[in-house]
Amino acid sequence: MISKQEFATLAHNGLWKQNSGVVQLLGLCPLLAISSNVVNALSLGLATVFVMAASSLAVSGVRNFVPHEVRIPVFILIIAALVTIIDLALNAFAHPLYLVLGIFIPLITTNCIVLARADAYASKNHPLHSALDGALMGLGLTLVLVILGGLREVAGQGTLLSGIDLALGPAAKGWVITLLPDYKGFLLAILPPGAFLGLGLLIAGRNWIEQRALRRAQRDARTAAAQPA
Amino acid sequence: MTASAHILQKGSVTRVMLLVLACLLPGVLAYVWQFGWGIVINLAWASILALALEALALRLRSYPLKPFLADGSAVVTAWLLALSLPPLAPWWLTLVGMLFAIGVAKHLYGGLGQNIFNPAMIGFAVLIISFPAQMTQWAAPLSLAAQPLTFGESLGFIFGGGLPPGLGLDAVVSATPLDTLRTGLLQQHTLHEIQAASHVFGSVGGVGGEWVAAAYLAGGLILWALRIVPWQVPAAFLAGIWLTAGFLHWADAGRYAAPWFQIATPSAMLGAFFIATDPVTGATTPRGRLIFGLGAGFLTVIIRAFGGYPDGVAFAILLMNLCVPLIDAYTQPPVFGAAKKK
Repeated sequence: MISKQEFATLAHNGLWKQNSGVVQLLGLCPLLAISSNVVNALSLGLATVFVMAASSLAVSGVRNFVPHEVRIPVFILIIAALVTIIDLALNAFAHPLYLVLGIFIPLITTNCIVLARADAYASKNHPLHSALDGALMGLGLTLVLVILGGLREVAGQGTLLSGIDLALGPAAKGWVITLLPDYKGFLLAILPPGAFLGLGLLIAGRNWIEQRALRRAQRDARTAAAQPA
Repeated sequence: MTASAHILQKGSVTRVMLLVLACLLPGVLAYVWQFGWGIVINLAWASILALALEALALRLRSYPLKPFLADGSAVVTAWLLALSLPPLAPWWLTLVGMLFAIGVAKHLYGGLGQNIFNPAMIGFAVLIISFPAQMTQWAAPLSLAAQPLTFGESLGFIFGGGLPPGLGLDAVVSATPLDTLRTGLLQQHTLHEIQAASHVFGSVGGVGGEWVAAAYLAGGLILWALRIVPWQVPAAFLAGIWLTAGFLHWADAGRYAAPWFQIATPSAMLGAFFIATDPVTGATTPRGRLIFGLGAGFLTVIIRAFGGYPDGVAFAILLMNLCVPLIDAYTQPPVFGAAKKK
């Protein structure tokens, strides 16, 4: 079984220390293309979480039977099969959303972060740990996607959760939050350059927090050393 | 290029920047003469914003304020941006443009001397991509406007968005000649029909605009005579426009505007003498400057003719800014005395 300590390490790695979106910079294709609003970002993020958790579980399960030389094709086949499931499921249960996300659902197959975790972690670790690692890594990516999607949506059109009816049906139409009424719109944020600018700012923000924490730790260490116990 | 060691010259960033501003003055005066007071308000507003944003950025980066504020580079950026915007641009348009110019293009890249892209052009590009509607509401030349705005009315329009009672938006703004051309061509008219049907075309370029272009040219020539800008960039830029436009015009005179018309636009002259010549973001070798200018001129016409935006000077210069490291690497002059490579 998994201990609390191990879970904390996996969570810290996936969500912060090795965050795929702003630290490893893997999986940027969907990150940049789909983060124009929160609903798209969250939908694609959750689809990726499912694929990552399931593929890590499956890859870890077969890790002792797959020859090292052909592991990549095998992993990709597993991932592609799982993505096909998600693709068909979205098409069946959330067709409007499926149309909006379009090619980016099948493209989860080629998302580097999925294969990266399968090869770097799942092929060497216990299935339970692997599934958890996949899910947490996916959640880390989803977190960045949602934050970026939120920033771009607010800056670009002054709303949040627009298009939620595509995911949850017409009943959810009233859930759209208009933060800035009478907003003229800032097209740049919605267009691709806005994704690059936004991601750059997020990475800068994360580095700034890290550096501040580091400086604080150094200062604390100095004061601790200066005061003899 | 720096002065030789034996020449005693008081060269400083401040002096260069002040001279650039002085040489922009003829253009500004022609602008006021032809388009009214709006540009003066915009220039002042942009300068205030530039200094405030520059001070804020310097503070955040813990640099000393005085030497960097006094070097005048922020004001030059402000003027170049304000002169590229419509003369009656609303106040927030200038604010967003200056935020990107000073905040993103200049200081996020490391401040004056470190920026890859011309800050004013980044500001312009952000605005034309984000607010195409506001960016094409160009003030009509005074000779065509139904009722020219007074200074106070311009101020009210820029900061309040309101026009004097009884005056519609169409009475004060009109499409630029380049814009008129683009719209007409999209409606399958020939160049000849468009020019015959519209009042915005003057004897060479656009009404009003041609005078502003001429004044920029005069200021630019003074700048060149003072050896502030190298001759290669403006000459190559204008040659690039002339050659490309000339070829297209020769190939299909009904679709592509004549080279003299393309050169007589204010944006082309401002770009040639004041923007492409930026010593930080332009090429630094003599041959490299020729390539830089030719490329920018070529891209300007290509974007005007085939792109999605009516004018291409800003995008052309930004694209060439990207190529500068490559151009500089391949055009290093041989060391004096070294044998020429075959």
